[in-house]
Amino acid sequence: MYPTKYLKAASIDEAVKALGASDEAKVLAGGQTLLPTMKQHLAAPSDLVDIRAIDGMVGVSVDGNTLTIGAATTHAEVASSADVQKHSPALACLAAGIGDPAVRNAGTIGGSVANNDPAADYPAALLALGATVVTSKREIAADDFFDGLFATVLDEDEIITAVKFPKVEAAGYSKFPQPASLYALVGVFVAKTADGVRVTVTGAGEDGVFRSEALEAALAADFSEASAKGADVPAEGLMSDIHGAAGYRANLIRVMAARAVTSAA
Amino acid sequence: MTTGIGARVKRKEDKRFITGKGKYTDDVRMENQAYAAFVRSPVAHANVKSIDKSAALAMEGVVDVLDGHQLTGDGIGNIICGWAVTSKDGTPMKMGAWSALATQKVRYVGDAVAVVIADTQQQARLAAEAVEVEYEELPVVAFADKALAEGAPQIHDEAEGNLIYDWDIGDAAKADAGLAAAKHITEMEITNNRLSPNPMEPRSAVATYDEAEEHYTLYTTSQNPHVARLVLSAFYNVAPEHKLRVIAPDVGGGFGAKIYIYPEEITCLWASMKTNRSVKWTADRSEAFITDAHGRDHISTAKMGFDENGKITGFKVDTIANLGAYMSLFSSSVPTYLYATLLSGQYDIQNLHANVRAVYTNTVPVDAYRGAGRPEACYLIERMMETAAREMGMKPAELRAKNFVKEFPHETPVIMTYDSGDFDANLAQAEAAADVAGFAKRKEEAAKRGKLRGLGYSCYIEACGIAPSAAVGGLGAGVGLWESAEVRVNPVGTIEILTGSHSHGQGHETTFAQIVAERFDLPIDNVSIVHGDTDKVQFGMGTYGSRSGAVGMSAIVKAMDKVEAKVRKIAAHQLEASEDDIVIEGGEVKVAGTDKALGWHEIGLAAYTAHNLPPDMEPGLKESAFYDPSNFTFPAGTYICEVEVDPETGVTEVVQFTASDDFGTIINPMIVEGQVHGGLAQGIGQAMLEQVIYDDDGQLITGSYMDYTMPRAADLPNFSVHHASTVCPGNPLGMKGCGEAGAIGSPPAVINAITDAIGNNDLAMPATPQNVWNALQAVSAAQAAE
Repeated sequence: MYPTKYLKAASIDEAVKALGASDEAKVLAGGQTLLPTMKQHLAAPSDLVDIRAIDGMVGVSVDGNTLTIGAATTHAEVASSADVQKHSPALACLAAGIGDPAVRNAGTIGGSVANNDPAADYPAALLALGATVVTSKREIAADDFFDGLFATVLDEDEIITAVKFPKVEAAGYSKFPQPASLYALVGVFVAKTADGVRVTVTGAGEDGVFRSEALEAALAADFSEASAKGADVPAEGLMSDIHGAAGYRANLIRVMAARAVTSAA
Repeated sequence: MTTGIGARVKRKEDKRFITGKGKYTDDVRMENQAYAAFVRSPVAHANVKSIDKSAALAMEGVVDVLDGHQLTGDGIGNIICGWAVTSKDGTPMKMGAWSALATQKVRYVGDAVAVVIADTQQQARLAAEAVEVEYEELPVVAFADKALAEGAPQIHDEAEGNLIYDWDIGDAAKADAGLAAAKHITEMEITNNRLSPNPMEPRSAVATYDEAEEHYTLYTTSQNPHVARLVLSAFYNVAPEHKLRVIAPDVGGGFGAKIYIYPEEITCLWASMKTNRSVKWTADRSEAFITDAHGRDHISTAKMGFDENGKITGFKVDTIANLGAYMSLFSSSVPTYLYATLLSGQYDIQNLHANVRAVYTNTVPVDAYRGAGRPEACYLIERMMETAAREMGMKPAELRAKNFVKEFPHETPVIMTYDSGDFDANLAQAEAAADVAGFAKRKEEAAKRGKLRGLGYSCYIEACGIAPSAAVGGLGAGVGLWESAEVRVNPVGTIEILTGSHSHGQGHETTFAQIVAERFDLPIDNVSIVHGDTDKVQFGMGTYGSRSGAVGMSAIVKAMDKVEAKVRKIAAHQLEASEDDIVIEGGEVKVAGTDKALGWHEIGLAAYTAHNLPPDMEPGLKESAFYDPSNFTFPAGTYICEVEVDPETGVTEVVQFTASDDFGTIINPMIVEGQVHGGLAQGIGQAMLEQVIYDDDGQLITGSYMDYTMPRAADLPNFSVHHASTVCPGNPLGMKGCGEAGAIGSPPAVINAITDAIGNNDLAMPATPQNVWNALQAVSAAQAAE
């Protein structure tokens, strides 16, 4: 690891100021991507601004139909939260399946969302559930937030503080793990909302998480396993690598969508 | 006797391992210790135009930056291959030069060109990044078949067309005639996927030069510290043997990868002299992927002919073996004498011929990895047998049994003489334990759940207990493959066994103590095992090829024979009895049929006080022996794998795995079962998960656990492990060896089960979900076309 400076920020203002003070500063939340990358000398931030001790960054609350999860809440905390399990069981289930116990007890929802790894789980949930990303500056709809591989619309000095989820009628998530990393080779999140069915896919898209028009149409017509399996999911626009060619991924999208429908609650 | 031969004694060494008290090479801290970091080639093939060290030398903590010109200038020799293989045209193998630090040319991603020595590991690594190397890139060839193609990039001047040797064994004319006479011929193209060994502990070295004594000490992760010392001394000219001590302390797994003496260990020793500092290097996992010798990587075509009764009439194999960018220590022997000599399998095959071409590629050197050649042979034969049975409409077990060798000794056409075995017994036991009779019902039940269930066999045989020295010498080996032991009975009667074998997970401290406890009827806690230090232990050959039981323990038995003879003489003298009447039991040395006895400890004391020994007897009670085996040993068995495939995703679950092995005499069944479990895990890993993948530019795609899939507990079933043993006639304990069997026998059983489930014989390892799904799509497409 290259030398770096560590700051435990006490407030959003302090963190934002520290981020603005250097081009090479990075926010540190759970560090489950950033720290391994630094250890491999693939990242060399001058400063690490730890936001986990900032008031209000950790925790889950429900207000009416809105579930709010603090950005520095770990996957394990989300998975085990009674509020999350009740409000959005599919989200709790997704969080319980991220990485391994060590990752789940350190990694955070804000970190995952800000990193927007094309094989991460949370982006699929945010996009399918119509979540809102709350930052130090503004509120951003998930539809507008993700901006391609490892990219978001966040400004350099903008920090995610929370994610808000509306309640939906039913939702389910099914992941096919890449055999080595256990990241999503394909993960499909289906949500039945008042405004219709949303189906999002992570792990497979050349540009990261995306909504599957084919599956949304099929499931809007018939919210069933058979309907998902019969959908005509195109291989165009899907990633190909040693673990899955685009055609195999297209097949997995159908199968995982069907399994997500089966598990939807 | 609860601690002797056959007892499930808990491992004596585990207390320190499971409480974190093991002492590994990286735990060694020397005074004045510095750290080495290597500057490695990021490209697979290039001329080294220049190395600019100035920026690195100016960095904090940097002691020196050393390169290959300095290394060769100091007379450090090129890395050797210890087994000379001769091509069929009589020419010697074409070996290119390999310097520990490349001087003119780099030949794979990871090839070291310089080393930074600095006060801390961090400083060394940062400075290594600051060494500027100018590379002139050359065309790359990363695949064995492409390396042999016309116009392929030339990797070593010494090996034209990248061909190291073109070797054969058996009788081509007879094999051709056998195939011509066949009623049915099965023909297959079979690849054996390239693997990375991945011992849990990465390689490590701590080298210290004592200027006053002109003496070196090397702590290193070695399976064979004496061989390391010999090679470092005789070939790399580091120091004469008596001025070089090599210590392999606790070693966390080897699997073959820690047999060889690598550039890093050589460089650390030399650098310790150059800098007058202790020099430590420990690979991180990324470095292990690009420096530990890889395993397997064969491409073969094979034809097997059968008569109308299913008897094999002829077998012909053509194999290309990828040896990587340089010839590692035993690389040449793996695809020849450890592979093609086992192609007769468990079968009576009269007409057999194998041709092997070994080639250079711009990849990590390839050498022995758990099984070494024998898994490649077993995989090839056992896939052929299963496929042939399906093609001929026979039961796979029936076809095998029809061709089994039934009489011993049996001489194969590929120079092996099988000494013992009962292949029918292992097949029958495995079939009963696996409930093969109930398979059809289980398949039907699985189908109701939407799963495809399949059953596959593998009847493996391997040659281990490596090896008779004169025999392997005649085949080109540069070393003898005997083993040594010394039995020291202390004045108080406790016993130390000094063995040339090395334990890096095998449990020698327990198993070896068991045979001593049994022989002298003593508490096992009174016996300790000393190994892994060239200053403590007499020359020995180390551990690989499942040899520590059959060869290493045989040497201990031979030394114990001598100790016992002396004990009898002392007792007979003091108790005024005949030597023939002396019995050793219950911690005493007694005269049979009388109450005359001496405590075992009194014998020890008598030997060392020497107050009352027989006339002319030397004092002391310490004997040594060198044991050279008379033949290989031949563990064999039947493995049966049962899988369920999810046709929607290609995900395959191993739902049942049954092993029936013939390991000869078993000393500690618990440890043997552990060896089988580990071997099966690695074999199933090869069959379903693991594969080293290079791209066309020679870049390693699977350079971390993000892309290289190791088997996890959840990937494996509870193994059903059984034994049907025949005693090995070749060594005093009747042992055959068990370390590699699981990794050798299991891959074909897994693939045969999956191909059975999906109805397509065309499936390559690893059977990843994608590969299985693709094979299923091919079946659907073929059905649609009909």
